[in-house]
Amino acid sequence: AQIPLQEMPTQAPEIRVANMQEVAIGYTESQVRIEAMRCLQCKNKPCIAGCPVAIDIPAFIDKAAQGKFAESVEIIKQSSLLPSICGRVCPQESQCQLYCTVGKMHKDIDQSVSIGRIERFVADYAREHELEKVPQVGEPTGRRVAVVGTGPASISAAADLRRGGHEVVMFEALHKAGGVLVYGIPEFRLPKKIVEHELNNLVAMGVEIRRNYLVGKTRKISDLMEKDGFDAVFVGSGAGLPKFMNIEGENYIGVFSANEYLTRSNLMKAYAVGEALTPLFDSHKVAVFGGGNVAMDAARTAKRLGAEEVTIVYRRTEVEMPARKEEVAHAKEEGVQFLYLHAPLRITANEKGRVNGVELITCELGEPDASGRRSPIEIAGSEKMYDYDTVIVAIGNDSNPLIKATTDGIEVNRRGNFIVNEETCETTLKGVYAGGDIVLGAATVILAMGQGRKAAKAMNDYLQTL
Amino acid sequence: MNTILSKQRLSAEVFRMEIEAKEIAEARKPGQFIILQMGGDFGERIPLTIADADPVKGSITLIFQAVGETTHRLALFEVGDTIENLLGPLGKPTDIKKYGKVVCVGGGIGVAPLFPIVQGMKRAGNEVKVIMGARNKDLLIMEEDMKATADEVIVVTDDGSYGRKALVTEPLKELCEQYKPDCVVIIGPPIMMKFAALTTKPYGIHTIVSLNTIMIDGTGMCGGCRVTIGGKTKFVCVDGPEFDGHQVDWDNMLLRLGTYKSKEQEAHHRCHIGMHIKEGEA
Ligand SMILES: Cc1cc2nc3c(=O)[nH]c(=O)nc-3n(C[C@H](O)[C@H](O)[C@H](O)COP(=O)(O)OP(=O)(O)OC[C@H]3O[C@@H](n4cnc5c(N)ncnc54)[C@H](O)[C@@H]3O)c2cc1C
Ligand SMILES: Cc1cc2nc3c(=O)[nH]c(=O)nc-3n(C[C@H](O)[C@H](O)[C@H](O)COP(=O)(O)OP(=O)(O)OC[C@H]3O[C@@H](n4cnc5c(N)ncnc54)[C@H](O)[C@@H]3O)c2cc1C
Ligand code: SF4
Ligand code: SF4
Ligand code: FES
Repeated sequence: AQIPLQEMPTQAPEIRVANMQEVAIGYTESQVRIEAMRCLQCKNKPCIAGCPVAIDIPAFIDKAAQGKFAESVEIIKQSSLLPSICGRVCPQESQCQLYCTVGKMHKDIDQSVSIGRIERFVADYAREHELEKVPQVGEPTGRRVAVVGTGPASISAAADLRRGGHEVVMFEALHKAGGVLVYGIPEFRLPKKIVEHELNNLVAMGVEIRRNYLVGKTRKISDLMEKDGFDAVFVGSGAGLPKFMNIEGENYIGVFSANEYLTRSNLMKAYAVGEALTPLFDSHKVAVFGGGNVAMDAARTAKRLGAEEVTIVYRRTEVEMPARKEEVAHAKEEGVQFLYLHAPLRITANEKGRVNGVELITCELGEPDASGRRSPIEIAGSEKMYDYDTVIVAIGNDSNPLIKATTDGIEVNRRGNFIVNEETCETTLKGVYAGGDIVLGAATVILAMGQGRKAAKAMNDYLQTL
Repeated sequence: MNTILSKQRLSAEVFRMEIEAKEIAEARKPGQFIILQMGGDFGERIPLTIADADPVKGSITLIFQAVGETTHRLALFEVGDTIENLLGPLGKPTDIKKYGKVVCVGGGIGVAPLFPIVQGMKRAGNEVKVIMGARNKDLLIMEEDMKATADEVIVVTDDGSYGRKALVTEPLKELCEQYKPDCVVIIGPPIMMKFAALTTKPYGIHTIVSLNTIMIDGTGMCGGCRVTIGGKTKFVCVDGPEFDGHQVDWDNMLLRLGTYKSKEQEAHHRCHIGMHIKEGEA
């Protein structure tokens, strides 16, 4: 008989909207073994092609099925440094699980082996039972490397550079390390103690983390290399600069970028009302513009912060939405509403400048655009006013220009992303490498991590030649 | 790191602190600011201008007014205490160059961030006149420093308890007419900057203002500090803090500063109870 797909146990929707704790509770030991047994151990391993860092998926699943969780996670760690994070946040349905034979057999991708959930379980298990091996640090080389930023690209680069025996110093602008994993993705999706654990591992390996240090302002890259004795630099400064739509009323009170909204709640802990000094805006009816993970996180955060009504306003339909499927499903369970095929035209406010409405226009889907998705076309005459008191704009980020502006020799493309050698991640400036969102535009955790590792490998080679 | 080296009370609610911050002291230029955070996970990040710096000693000077919870907490810090988190220098430096005749206008606490600009403008070879204003005599700060640096200092108070009884706009208008400055720099409460910028506008004088919006990261990531300048959205922390005063949408900026007013008042009240400060005293 066929083994049924093991559903992920979660906090009930009506309970979780009133707390910040993780929604998905995680498999039990018996559940994970049952789910792992659904894997057919395909000879041609199609799932591996879907994983950006090519984890040996059937191998780690096999160990999980046998209950050998520590061995399972060791297999994953050969390719990915952050399995408890990627197991939670990878868009599995468009990566590894998209190619899974089991899903194909059922003609239903939701029936694929739950690769991410198994990955998450074994990684959590190893962490909680202290079964992880502290990575071996190489013989000291006398070389020093500066790593800019502390997001997933930088974390993985720092670990591999340290393994290479170099002295590694990370520089982080904010007062807390972790990048988007800390200030962007909310606690209910990625507990911060997991990110902290990964950073502690780096420190245990001898990596120095300097917070409150904005490279380009506190000191320039050229100073780090010429005056402070760093032989090479890795830049993982992320995306930065939130995009706005340039529509009327965007600077009224109650209009936020998703970055600000989420940073207030996550980094500044504003959700802890009465304890945190950073205030929150009182919202009752919230419109979130956008359809990606950032929009889902903002909408679900708004719900948890007490908004009665939260609506995702998206120009296309559910099929085109780039967010992880699971997050969309969770958002719906939590009562977030979805208004598809609508685009904002302007935001209105009362006499005190506080948002009181949004004008939306209905769209229909036209021909596919450059992204391959059908583009929304506004239907003239379909404009309509809607009541909202808060607007959260989650339509993406532009790349942060600070390092480019303060570093001679680094070249960027039209969108401001660093131009790098695809094989080595080296920028146009010798000895300076880059990876993650600053190169890829807004991408994913696993892609950022993959680039960090690729760069570190090339940097280890480069540093040997010095 | 970030140890407080000295502390003075300049007026009832204004404090000067010299803080050890080697890298910031070396890199900073007039017009730039820092962001500080303290009190563990729950503390707020607040921006303060670097009023002075000593690169040899490796220290910066902050001058701040205790207006809300975080600035009150900071005021309780003593020499030897350390500030957990201090980031800077942030923002673009003031466009200091030789204009010819410069008038610098400071209101309230704005006199502090104005001081390094007055120094810079003098060093660049300008003739500099200063207009400084405060609500009353007790709130006036740095008069001696200004007098020692500028070519002329005009002091005004709202209530006439010291200097001339006027708002800064009055002597500013006179100077626009008689002295005809080439550049005016204005730093103070937003409402004062608005009216001072309106005063210079008819004369077409290049007018620089330093905007003090609400900020979080200070690195261009959150967009919370945005203002409308000449119809376009700009981020004060990276595009500013200084802008052409005639291009600023003041009304929008003033509205945005009030976003969290009621919550801040609650917190302010709480911190007064904790600090045994009588209402109205600070
Ligand atoms: C709300 C949200 C939800 C997301 N959800 C998902 C998801 O579910 N799945 C997924 O795969 N991806 C998701 N992403 C995308 C993912 O988080 C990013 O692709 C990834 O974090 C990029 O990693 P990074 O290392 O390039 O940079 P970041 O994580 O952006 O980190 C960059 C760090 O560098 C610091 N920095 C920047 N400039 C400087 C400087 N000059 N000096 C010093 N420090 C500097 C920043 O403060 C920051 O801490 C999400 C993103 C957001 C915003
Ligand atoms: C670039 C920049 C430079 C600054 N330089 C100085 C300086 O050198 N000295 C100084 O005393 N202050 C300066 N400020 C203002 C200072 O940041 C605020 O006074 C501080 O954030 C208040 O924090 P709080 O927690 O004590 O008060 P809160 O409780 O946050 O606020 C108390 C009161 O201050 C108002 N307020 C809140 N934030 C700001 C703000 N950013 N600007 C103006 N008013 C605000 C509130 O509306 C409220 O009325 C500067 C601001 C900016 C943006
Ligand atoms: S890292 Fe992501 S894509 Fe790769 S196997 Fe794990 S969940 Fe799938
Ligand atoms: S494709 Fe699916 S069934 Fe086949 S090995 Fe990979 S996970 Fe297992
Ligand atoms: S303070 Fe966040 S962008 Fe300026």
